[in-house]
Amino acid sequence: MSSFAGAVETRIRTTAHGVLEYFILGARSLRFAFSRPFYWRDLLVQMDRIGVGSLPIVLLTGLFTGMVLALQSSVELTRFGAEVYIGNLVGASMVRELGPVLCALMVAGRAASGIAAELGSMKVTEQIDALQSFGTDPIRKLATPRILAGLLMLPVLTVVTDVIGIFGGLIVAVFRIGITADAYIQGVLSTLAQSGFLLGIIPKDFVAGLIKPVAFGGIITLTSCFYGLNTKGGTEGVGQAATSAVVVCSVLILATNYFLTQFMFVVLGPGR
Amino acid sequence: MTAADEHLRVIREELEGDERDSPAAVADSLIELEDVFLTFDKPILKGVSLEARKGETLMVAGESGTGKSTILKLILRLLIPDSGRITVLGEDVGALTFPEALELRKQIGMVFQNAALFDSLTVFDNIAYPLRENTDLDDERIIETVREKLDFVDLDPDEVMLQLPSQLSGGMRKRVGVARAIATDPCIVLYDEPTAGLDPLTVGRINELIRKLQRELKVTSILVTHDIRAGFRVADRVNLLRHGEIVFDGSPEEMVAANDSYIKSFLS
Repeated sequence: MSSFAGAVETRIRTTAHGVLEYFILGARSLRFAFSRPFYWRDLLVQMDRIGVGSLPIVLLTGLFTGMVLALQSSVELTRFGAEVYIGNLVGASMVRELGPVLCALMVAGRAASGIAAELGSMKVTEQIDALQSFGTDPIRKLATPRILAGLLMLPVLTVVTDVIGIFGGLIVAVFRIGITADAYIQGVLSTLAQSGFLLGIIPKDFVAGLIKPVAFGGIITLTSCFYGLNTKGGTEGVGQAATSAVVVCSVLILATNYFLTQFMFVVLGPGR
Repeated sequence: MTAADEHLRVIREELEGDERDSPAAVADSLIELEDVFLTFDKPILKGVSLEARKGETLMVAGESGTGKSTILKLILRLLIPDSGRITVLGEDVGALTFPEALELRKQIGMVFQNAALFDSLTVFDNIAYPLRENTDLDDERIIETVREKLDFVDLDPDEVMLQLPSQLSGGMRKRVGVARAIATDPCIVLYDEPTAGLDPLTVGRINELIRKLQRELKVTSILVTHDIRAGFRVADRVNLLRHGEIVFDGSPEEMVAANDSYIKSFLS
């Protein structure tokens, strides 16, 4: 029994220590974004890998999600003769929830595993020790550009997902359900306007839709850098780091999504 | 005569026939470990004290897993000891802040066991990396320095500069690793098993390279290896590590002549 209690205590201590290290890594990475030397080239490379590299899967995800959303909602809405509201439903769902969350989950699956595996293999082949032996801080060189790239590119990818999702819904609405493109687009726009405007011009849904991906971008890149930089045990450890990074990112994205939504209900008003 | 005696005789003959061309070490020690203890899951180092004097090549020998490479990581402050003092170039490494440790590392070149070349960068970019990080040299001067270092390690710059590390043989990777370690002309070079896994001819080339560094650049070196014969060809002094403790400190000749049964069995 005492050995069980001891094991639990050790586990709690290790987890608490890990969480502390996670936040320290995040804080140091962001601090290095505002001091020299800054690795601009690495930032651009990472923006290309995370942003441009994720574009195909994000496009496909957005397109098919919008299409299936329109198809499923048409079944119920047609029963009440309300199929003209398909645009409202697709627009609201894509911009508020599905766009940010699905885009983040897709990028997590692709980029988080890539980052964790890359940094993990650098760790086990002593390349990170080599960086340090040349006086380079590995967090500044490896983590900061990746985290900044995540913070910058996720909102862009999310906008792309939203737009292509709404476009997917339009295709189904026009060619499968038979409502006009005008009615569909009017529905989308009226939904965005319904939740109100920030500063009188920016739709609140749009603002909320861009705050979430910034947080998700940070979670994906910070988590994958954390697992990559803490890889132990050779090639098996690299595989484990990649798997853990994707699993933890996905769970954190879904959990954070709930709390951010709740938070934005309070901050941006009950219209949301 | 047993095979072990025969092996010892060969080592003795090699030492006698060797022309020692390393500079005479002067008394100031550039690297000093005093009573260093380090424990991970089990004790690794148990009160290790050693010093590398200016201009000398100190070989740290020992069986696998005795903490040889750990000593190099402690010197670079990639690890922090549980207790004891490590002094490098007059600085107490344990008292340095992280940025100060990064500064100190710029004066030390490290040749890693598997070269640890950045696999996404070309040979040129690998060697240019410390120059770009730690000097204000312009691109033209960097190219010139990289070519010079590749020449020094007997690699044809035109042939290898644009290749990726994965396109090189083991020996070539090691030599690129040496070229990268000496790119900024450090006064200390640390070697972690520089000849491990190489064929005898390539081992000879790497040894010759280490001697060339001693002769021409007058660097102070610590060589960690379990390859006694290769190490004896370049070392001025040997420290033998056993179960986390230094059990011998002396010249290669003294080690060969030692009457200790463990040393005899280690050499054979």
